[in-house]
Amino acid sequence: MKTDQLIDMLSTNVDPVKTVAIRKTLSLALLIGGSAAFCLMLGTVGLRRELSWSWNFLALKLLFTVSLIGLGTALLAKLARPGQKNAKLSALTLLPFIVIVLAGSIALASHTPMAWGKMLLGMNWFTCLFCIPLFAVLPFVALIWFLRKGAPTELKLTGAIAGLVAGALGATAYAFHCPDDSIPFIAVWYGAMVALCASIGSMLGPRLLRW
Amino acid sequence: MDVTSSESELRALMLAASTGDASAYRTLLERLSSQLRAFFKNKLVLMNRGAVEAEDLVQEALFAIHTHRHTYDPSQPFTAWVYAIARYKLVDFLRRTKYSTRNVPVDESEELTARDNYAGVESSLDLDRLLETLTPKVKRVIQYVKLDGLSVSEAANRCGMSESAVKVSVHRGLKSLALQISKEGRP
Repeated sequence: MKTDQLIDMLSTNVDPVKTVAIRKTLSLALLIGGSAAFCLMLGTVGLRRELSWSWNFLALKLLFTVSLIGLGTALLAKLARPGQKNAKLSALTLLPFIVIVLAGSIALASHTPMAWGKMLLGMNWFTCLFCIPLFAVLPFVALIWFLRKGAPTELKLTGAIAGLVAGALGATAYAFHCPDDSIPFIAVWYGAMVALCASIGSMLGPRLLRW
Repeated sequence: MDVTSSESELRALMLAASTGDASAYRTLLERLSSQLRAFFKNKLVLMNRGAVEAEDLVQEALFAIHTHRHTYDPSQPFTAWVYAIARYKLVDFLRRTKYSTRNVPVDESEELTARDNYAGVESSLDLDRLLETLTPKVKRVIQYVKLDGLSVSEAANRCGMSESAVKVSVHRGLKSLALQISKEGRP
């Protein structure tokens, strides 16, 4: 086929472009994915028992996960379109990890090494290990659905950020169950599980997002 | 035509085209095709690849630009958008034809400024064969609206479909042609 033929074809009866509200679709994906993760949490491990709520630690957990969701979402809105620069924002997503690891180290340093084991492992590290990636699955599906409506050109990075946001949504849901109140616990288990989701996302990205 | 199209010119054409201005869209695609040709030839020559493959990529990129027009944000530079699509299609092409992508320069400041108007080469894409991959209904609609140039309402009459159904079929058909092209692993 000659390129002129193709140009003829594409420019014949050309429709006006329907601008897709990228932000609207993204918010919808977040809302659906987030509620799905929350319902899954309610249906499996359930809310933390009422008497033992610690609002400070819940707020701290949410501060970590929600800041990741915010940064990641802003980045996804850019990555869904070709040619938008985003190096600064990509680097910024590391900030919540750095802050929580620093805070965790400070908390450890202010206790005797005898207490470290309990602070790091808590009561429930195994449930956390299992639940965060599980709760991240549905948000990840929703985010991939959103991204496929766009045209991401950096598939590994886009997949990684989708995994990161999905992992952070999963961790947000888990925080409402999580009975472990220690900063090192959040740093190690929340941090590692969200990072794991991001690395799985970066592996799946090139397969799921190709166009 | 020999003057390098500036960002603002191309952007203006794109904005006009997105309101449905067919002649602006044709001019835009013509200019982009010569810039894309120079871009792909320049990259492929380093890897001992020929003009036919460059033409394949020009057409694949034009198709991608067309089916993903909605992802262009008018507040952003237009050439950066085109370049990102061109580079993505190049990397994808090299990967599926099993070439190392290590040699593809990632120079961010690179612009699509060089032009190559030699459009005599035919790509290895065969439109008739591509059309065969569509369902008969969609194929007929594409034939009427995009190849024979019938208006949407005429095509709707002939096919016994509503106008919006014709538009949806055209849209789906072009998307599936674009997908078909990017699936082909041409060695």
